[in-house]
Amino acid sequence: MAWETVIGLEVHVQLNTHSKIFSGASTSYGADPNTQACEVDIALPGVLPVMNLEAARKAVKLGLAVDAEINRRNVFARKNYFYPDLPKGYQISQYELPIVAGGHLMIDTDTGEKRIGITRAHLEEDAGKSLHEDFHGMTGIDLNRAGTPLLEIVSEPDMRSPAEAISYLRKLHTLVRYLDICDGNMQEGSFRCDANVSVRPLGETELGTRSELKNINSFRFIEKAIEFEVERQIELIEDGGSVKQETRLYDPSKNETRPMRTKEEAHDYRYFPDPDLPPMQLNEQFIENVRKGLPELPDTKKRRFVEAHGLGAADANQLTSDIATADYFESVLQQTRGDAKTVANWINSELAGYLNENNLEIGSSPVDTTMLAQLIDRIEDRTISGKMAKDVFRSIWNGEGTADDLIESKGLKQITDSGELEAIVDDVVSRSPDQVEQYRAGQTKVLGYLVGQVMKATQGKANPQQVNAILMDKLTGGA
Amino acid sequence: MYSDSLAQLASGLSRGQFSSVELTTTYLDRIQRHASLNAFITVDPEFSLGQARAADERLKNGSAGPLTGIPLVHKDIFCTHGLLTTCGSKILHNFVPPYDATLIRRCKEEGMVTLGKTNMDEFAMGSSNETSWFGPVLNPWDQTRVPGGSSGGSAAAVAARLGAAGTGTDTGGSIRQPAALTGITGLKPTYGRVSRYGMVAFASSLDQAGLLTRSAEDAAALLNVIAGFDPQDSTSVEEPVPDYTAGLGDDIGGLKIGLPKQYFDEGLSPEVETLIRDALRVLEDRGATLIDIDLPNSELCVPCYYVIAPSEASSNLSRFDGVRYGYRSEEYEDLIDMYMRTRAEGFGDEVKRRIMIGTYALSAGYYDAYYVKAQKLRRLITEDFERAFEQCDIIAGPTAPTTAFELGAKTSDPISMYLNDIYTISVNLSGLPGLSIPAGFEGGLPAGLQLIGPYFSESRLLNVGHRYQQDTNWHQQIPGGFE
Repeated sequence: MAWETVIGLEVHVQLNTHSKIFSGASTSYGADPNTQACEVDIALPGVLPVMNLEAARKAVKLGLAVDAEINRRNVFARKNYFYPDLPKGYQISQYELPIVAGGHLMIDTDTGEKRIGITRAHLEEDAGKSLHEDFHGMTGIDLNRAGTPLLEIVSEPDMRSPAEAISYLRKLHTLVRYLDICDGNMQEGSFRCDANVSVRPLGETELGTRSELKNINSFRFIEKAIEFEVERQIELIEDGGSVKQETRLYDPSKNETRPMRTKEEAHDYRYFPDPDLPPMQLNEQFIENVRKGLPELPDTKKRRFVEAHGLGAADANQLTSDIATADYFESVLQQTRGDAKTVANWINSELAGYLNENNLEIGSSPVDTTMLAQLIDRIEDRTISGKMAKDVFRSIWNGEGTADDLIESKGLKQITDSGELEAIVDDVVSRSPDQVEQYRAGQTKVLGYLVGQVMKATQGKANPQQVNAILMDKLTGGA
Repeated sequence: MYSDSLAQLASGLSRGQFSSVELTTTYLDRIQRHASLNAFITVDPEFSLGQARAADERLKNGSAGPLTGIPLVHKDIFCTHGLLTTCGSKILHNFVPPYDATLIRRCKEEGMVTLGKTNMDEFAMGSSNETSWFGPVLNPWDQTRVPGGSSGGSAAAVAARLGAAGTGTDTGGSIRQPAALTGITGLKPTYGRVSRYGMVAFASSLDQAGLLTRSAEDAAALLNVIAGFDPQDSTSVEEPVPDYTAGLGDDIGGLKIGLPKQYFDEGLSPEVETLIRDALRVLEDRGATLIDIDLPNSELCVPCYYVIAPSEASSNLSRFDGVRYGYRSEEYEDLIDMYMRTRAEGFGDEVKRRIMIGTYALSAGYYDAYYVKAQKLRRLITEDFERAFEQCDIIAGPTAPTTAFELGAKTSDPISMYLNDIYTISVNLSGLPGLSIPAGFEGGLPAGLQLIGPYFSESRLLNVGHRYQQDTNWHQQIPGGFE
């Protein structure tokens, strides 16, 4: 039987505000345990939450970027459950009236663009962390993260394969960083994902029973977890069983999912509007101000790169995958005589390669935009060859100087004086009678050898096109 | 001196007739002498005298405010930096807050002295002060009787002249009812008028901090200190704060006083009704007019309240889990067991009862039938008042249906206890201000006249109360043995 996979994703995006969503404590990561938790975060008796408007601003940014409705009046609700790292015994979240409702993202798939619906996005506070190691059987509680603002973005069950799920996640990941609402750091948990996965016979319109895969923290694991879960469900059904609605945890070390709790064990969260926080009222001015502050979004930028700069879709995609790369590209382009295609090539292959190899973000590249622009200019004005430029690039990367410094100090300037070149060519021709003979006999491939000899004689400083032309002239002219 | 009004005390302090240390010592001595009332959970003389010395310094160097140096008692629901704050519960028996509630901070900034933390029903859940883990408070007028609750400790302390004035909180009548039962003045301001920050939450949408004083005039002076917007409380209101003492003495001729027929029904004891009718005549003599009004949804108040308040409480009290502060059970098997034992041992019966009711009301499948329905009733009850205030300027009636009842009389019957708040609860559900003033005695026990006004009409209520107290001396009576 043919099966169809149905996936919906819930992404928890940690908003990069300076202070927490309901208190003035700092949100920065990695401080000593419980040093960034104030009386509100640890839920002392009597404390009250005060909404951080910056978190609302960032949520609205996301909403506008995915063409969603912004609920002018949205409501905070309490989600009640007991857990040691949840200090109040409830999480302040949004339930019936979230700040963002309805929207969509266009994703790339093998068969072209696809629209993925976004059901809602709501604001909530993060919990603290329970640390089960190093406490001799006891549990340590770190409340530094408690109260960090989260935006939970819930998609429609519109994805039909793990690849589509990844495409959606990457798109969202790109978007939140463009919008500067989240640092996107998956290792630190700034961008976390739960996946709702079900299968159904191909052609069936009813949804199958889903399982929810919790808190998976890398693109690769999400893909693997979904793949595993889809196979597990199909096998289960084909063996005559049925899928239970349950929450499952993915274990990357074993590459399997295992049950965490069933629907029957699910909490009754007893949601009700938080009486400590009046409904949030957003006026048109607030929303308009956010709209005006929106950056050019990835899709628009990509289209512009294709249309205005004449780039291919693949290049444009790669350049716009994060805003820092796109900005880098535009900055280089502005400073160089080289064309967009050349600049794109340098960034997407050479620079990207080095960054990857050294595990660096483009923002921390040792080769800045001015340096790359200068290097490309030296190719354009034929001071150095493209091949030699790659060596120069390595030297710039290693901090040995700028392109001009290196050309000067290493004497890399191309020989473009035709008199000088002709003399060298003559010398090579006279030392290679056999090859000259062969060429004249019609074995034109031997030209490459002769060019190579000239390049060798000039230590690579000759302009290859020029050498080519002179050689041809000499060889055919002498016949 | 211990029976002087705040204005008299302030004048004595500023003229140097006595120091804050002397005044504080006088009250501390009285507190010690009358410890059998059990009005206090915590008294820390050194803490109080330190504040008194600082106040005397300010009185000398000219940086004093109008009430600098005056000693107050605070309900043990307000967090006090460095001073035990229990909320009347075993679960907080060892909790010393590292911060001050906004109300406490404002009193400190004014230079007022904290005499101690007063006893109260556990988490403010009760109308007799009998649910306190620290034992019941006795009514100074008759020590076999309750002082009312939940602010019973503050009420008894002020009535017995163990402090110049007191603070309290009112979620369903917890300031006004004990004020009525102990013969003092109790003001529950408009919801949002006084910050809730640092006040241990019972039912957040109903809780309001307020005052227990010996007169409306005292209440006005103190309200000047504690009222006002607080950026740390999102439900506090950015409404300008008038000088509440400035309007005292205004003419009340032509004032229209609405009498809800539902407040004079069969639930009201005939003796209290007589006292209330007499009190209203005093206001009529001042030129006020009495008109009959209708609050048709009054009978829904108690059921509505006993869904909303426990629902919010069930969630508010979740933080008392033994993890970070307060009581934790000595022995437990695992996490769930730790939670269960800690809360089973740490909370008293009434608190558990309300947590269970609230948890039930918010549960999936019951939420709409209880919580959502109660919110609709709340709207109707509020609309009753809005309509009433189109006809009248204030509403008057009894504060409580009877005078103080005997200790233990209602502890086994929660419903009869709940009905004690039948005239006060609607004010919390609507967020309105209410004032209870002493209206005479029946069998040696005081009764209270309740005045209810539109939002932010505290000045008007206090003026009416003050006018009444200019013509009567009920509020100046001191219980026997406390002179």
